[in-house]
Amino acid sequence: MGGYMLRRALVAIPLLIVVSFLTFILNTLSPMDPAEVVLHTQGVPRITDELLTETRAALGMDRPLLTRYWDWLLSCLRLDFGDSYVTGKPVWSLLGPAFVNTLQLTLVSVIAVILLSVALGILCALKEGKLLDKSIRSVSFILTSMPSYLLAALLVLYFSVKLDLLPTNGMDTVGSYILPVAVITISYAGIYFRIIRSSMLSNLNEDYVLFGRACGLPERKITKRILRNSLQMAVSVFCMAIPIILGSTVVVENIFAWPGLGTLSVKAILARDFPIVQAYVLVLAAAFVIVNSFSDMLNAWVNPKLREDR
Amino acid sequence: MNLLEVEKLRIWDGHSGNVLVENSTFQLKQGSCLAIVGESGSGKSLTCRAILRLNNNALRQSGEIRFQGVDLSLLDEREMRRRRGKQLYMILQNGMRAFDPTNVIGVHLRETLVHHYDWNASEITEKLKPAMLSVGLQDPIGILNKYPHQLSGGMLQRIMIALAIVLEPDIILADEPTTALDTVSKFEVVEQFIRLRERMGGSMIFVSHELGVVRKLADEVLVMKSGSIVELGTTADLFSNARHEYTRYLMSSQRMLNDRFQQLMGGAGIVGR
Amino acid sequence: MKRLRYLFNNKLAALSLILISATFIVGIFAPWMAPNDPNEVHMELRFASPSWEFLLGNDHLGRCVLSRLIHGIRPSVLWVLAALFVSAGLGTIIGFIAGYRRGRIDSFLMRICDIMLSFPGYVMILAIIGILGVGVENILLAFVLIKWAWFARIVRTSVMGYAELEYVKFSKALGVGNLRIMRTHILPVTLPDIAVASSSAYGSMVLQISGFSFLGLGIQAPHAEWGMMLNEAREVMFSRPEMMLAPGIMTVVFVSAVNFFADAIQVALDPKLRTNSSNRKYQSALVAEKMRRDEVA
Repeated sequence: MGGYMLRRALVAIPLLIVVSFLTFILNTLSPMDPAEVVLHTQGVPRITDELLTETRAALGMDRPLLTRYWDWLLSCLRLDFGDSYVTGKPVWSLLGPAFVNTLQLTLVSVIAVILLSVALGILCALKEGKLLDKSIRSVSFILTSMPSYLLAALLVLYFSVKLDLLPTNGMDTVGSYILPVAVITISYAGIYFRIIRSSMLSNLNEDYVLFGRACGLPERKITKRILRNSLQMAVSVFCMAIPIILGSTVVVENIFAWPGLGTLSVKAILARDFPIVQAYVLVLAAAFVIVNSFSDMLNAWVNPKLREDR
Repeated sequence: MNLLEVEKLRIWDGHSGNVLVENSTFQLKQGSCLAIVGESGSGKSLTCRAILRLNNNALRQSGEIRFQGVDLSLLDEREMRRRRGKQLYMILQNGMRAFDPTNVIGVHLRETLVHHYDWNASEITEKLKPAMLSVGLQDPIGILNKYPHQLSGGMLQRIMIALAIVLEPDIILADEPTTALDTVSKFEVVEQFIRLRERMGGSMIFVSHELGVVRKLADEVLVMKSGSIVELGTTADLFSNARHEYTRYLMSSQRMLNDRFQQLMGGAGIVGR
Repeated sequence: MKRLRYLFNNKLAALSLILISATFIVGIFAPWMAPNDPNEVHMELRFASPSWEFLLGNDHLGRCVLSRLIHGIRPSVLWVLAALFVSAGLGTIIGFIAGYRRGRIDSFLMRICDIMLSFPGYVMILAIIGILGVGVENILLAFVLIKWAWFARIVRTSVMGYAELEYVKFSKALGVGNLRIMRTHILPVTLPDIAVASSSAYGSMVLQISGFSFLGLGIQAPHAEWGMMLNEAREVMFSRPEMMLAPGIMTVVFVSAVNFFADAIQVALDPKLRTNSSNRKYQSALVAEKMRRDEVA
């Protein structure tokens, strides 16, 4: 057990290093010269070659790549991602709070997704083939085929404009969580409840259910076993869902002007504010790797079989 | 005296109406072992499960199944459940899948025993220990704390047999208990079945397509082909002069495999396939 | 063949296929199919209701909604399809090499896949747009860069499941060339898996690209694209919510058809997966692999 955890943690470290290196060289792949961008954004009227060399030196761009990477990595570890080209403020002062906001949105959404999909999954599996099962599945089918921004627009039209119940943007009150979380939940629960449902149904046909019944165990105990087994499968699925949802709140954040990473990054991209884009990619990729490792560990903890298979 | 009488058992698919077992009538005498043989899909397992009323919901069944004079098909679910395990015990083909993969083996054994008897935890362990040792499972306590995937198929099969020893059922229904095993474990498990019979004198229905095993274990053999009984007779009778063409075909194909196997293994095949 | 017949017996699946093909054809021949120039501005016809000349009415610049919808098929649907083909092709080749050769090549290729997959899809796309600039072609490039690794994983799992089968081992023992074994024995049986994976990825890719266009990171004005049209409609959402109808319904219907078709393919293949017990383990691996990337937009 401990061995597996350690191994899983050790796998994450080289991955983090490679990911950070790739993020670092993103900048050098850019068709635009960062020095030029800096001068442009600072509103320098005439850009001379001399000025460019000077700026490059100031940015430390004349040194070898690996040295620069090392320095960059060290400063990143101190949460120093440089300054925004556009506002001149330290990147982390913008990114940090946004990251927290995104995490909050993700966390609330993940909980809602899990609750809704487990509930619907069990309900549909118990009522398999009945009208309820069929109608839930058809509705979810259409909802998952709907772009989330369209869904968001419809919800806003109804709840905020027509009923005037919920705020349409920002994250000032608890109420402002409702619409963004609803959009994310509807999109993802539609996928995940089907997995829970089919996993429960396939468990129903497993031999252990037959043997349990053949031993005369009451149906209550059998259902408990089926639930346990399907939820175990569900744990793996949800473990994968957390990083996926964390990485894909972009659209929803932008629609509801949620002051998170998604909004920040799109603004930065449109303004060509590289340090922010770079830090955004690094922070999210690192978070993704770390969350992934944690969810694998959680998964292994719940599914004893996984620990030995690998 | 007949312990179990199956009369005109018919099993069909409720949706498509396909008949899977037709007009099946046979008896199981007290203390004897009846083997049901046939190719896969011939309805052997379905018959076995029908006796316990454990076929898939989509399947329907009709006919009479009298156990100790009581028609099982008329019992309500609770009465039926009380008989399952304690009186009618089923051993499955694949031990690997027969136990809940998320729990250690002991959980299932204890739950079953607690359900049927008013024993406390230490009594259960006391009962299980000798039973497990007697089927050749060393370190019973260790095994009770293992997950199914940590044990071999042969061991799991023997655990199911050990549970039978503790439960002391009137009839054991073994559904292809040796099919999923390699030759050595198969030999061991068959030995355990023979000992189980000697020990408990219980009656047994043994479903198999392995005639070698059947010959060692069964008193009577029932041959099924696509849902119908084609032949029924004592083991000795059937193996020496099979009347039905299909039985002869089954035996000759089995013999060919067996000869071939013995050739390959240098005559080392203990229990022929 | 039997499976194909199943697909056509399933009426909804057949309907989906017809809808998808029709969309493709209309998209390919967009300039001839569209009744009007999609970019022609008629300020006097702003928000006009449907008329005989403009069947679906006009947008905020008086442009023909129907024509924009038809021209929008190209970026929203066809270019995504092209990106899908490229990444599936690339992933298939790499997955084949990894799954068939095994050993060090396999672990090397899989490490690369791990790295590619350790960037969340959206983040990768944003990173690429961030560097190369806003535009559909960069999103498509990002799709290829992300999805090939995913396809490679799936194909590898699938190939490994089949390469262990007896007849393949038998052919190997007979000394049949590797390329020949791959072509005659493995490719035909892995194709269904590739088809299932591609079709299920397609729906989410269409949603994603329209999502990015909606954010203004995809196609640039004045070109038409469904997500873009929805974005333009959003600005007048409160006064003229009906502007969202045409592109919205089109997207939902098309993606539903794709998803439905993907499901139908999977069901058509399922009996084979279920009866062949050697595939049991690998099938669950395949599902797990699929889940890893199931994103929605």
